[in-house]
Amino acid sequence: MKVRIHVSLKPGVLDPQGRAIHHALEGLGFEGVNDVRAGREIELDVDDSVSDEALDAMCKQLLANMVIENYRIERVTA
Amino acid sequence: MSFRGAVVTFPGSNCDRDMAVALEAVSGVPAIRVWHGDAELPANLDFIALPGGFSYGDYLRSGAMAARSTVMQSVIEAARRGVPVLGVCNGFQVLTEAGLLPGALMRNASQHFICRNVKLKVENSQSLFTAGYSAGQILNIPVAHHDGNYFADDATLDRLEGEGRVAFRYAETVNGSARDIAGVLNEAGNVLGMMPHPERAIEEALGSSDGRALFESAIRSLVEA
Repeated sequence: MKVRIHVSLKPGVLDPQGRAIHHALEGLGFEGVNDVRAGREIELDVDDSVSDEALDAMCKQLLANMVIENYRIERVTA
Repeated sequence: MSFRGAVVTFPGSNCDRDMAVALEAVSGVPAIRVWHGDAELPANLDFIALPGGFSYGDYLRSGAMAARSTVMQSVIEAARRGVPVLGVCNGFQVLTEAGLLPGALMRNASQHFICRNVKLKVENSQSLFTAGYSAGQILNIPVAHHDGNYFADDATLDRLEGEGRVAFRYAETVNGSARDIAGVLNEAGNVLGMMPHPERAIEEALGSSDGRALFESAIRSLVEA
């Protein structure tokens, strides 16, 4: 099955990339964008037997940096 | 001198040779070169250096993959035993990713890769790496990085400052680092991570020799110990 890991910066962590994207959107003339935060999505194809605990451990040990990032695990039923 | 210093090379390291040259220039002994896939480190090392570069192409996050490479388990064990470990630039990123140093190194606030000499202030001149400097001394050392913007939460920053674990600060605006932190020590003082490159400043022909004292104090303290 497919699993999507959504990795995002924790609130309060300055996001230079998000700020640059925000600036670029404004440069293109889009109005009303209040803030932009850039994240990362990692898609895994795993056996159905892979547990939530194992996915959680993957995130904590490698996929996210817990100092600056949060993660959300989404199992995608194909 | 029977100094045994090692330089770890990851795929994508590019300052490993400079680091080896610096260690040899100061110790008189060729550095031992270690590959990331080595099962373990050579025995009885006095000093381990993690060099700058772009290990694993900075995939996922700078230093993230290297921090989980085979040899790093031995580096972590050696650091916990008290072996001095110096991580420069990508090496600093690897040390934070490996959990040997607190915080994280994020994209520079300007978004730009920064490659120039900067003014660096010595904050702690008591550590084994910085004993050759005086507190408050201003050094001229090059930086070359995209992800050098040091981040840690306020409690961690307060603790680092309170415990004298900020080894170096930028004496000018460089990359947006929290409290201008350029280099930090672990709790025991035997692990130093820093973004500026002391190994690129070991003789006047390179534009500055201000980095040499870091290697001299580290190696001298080891020989005298």
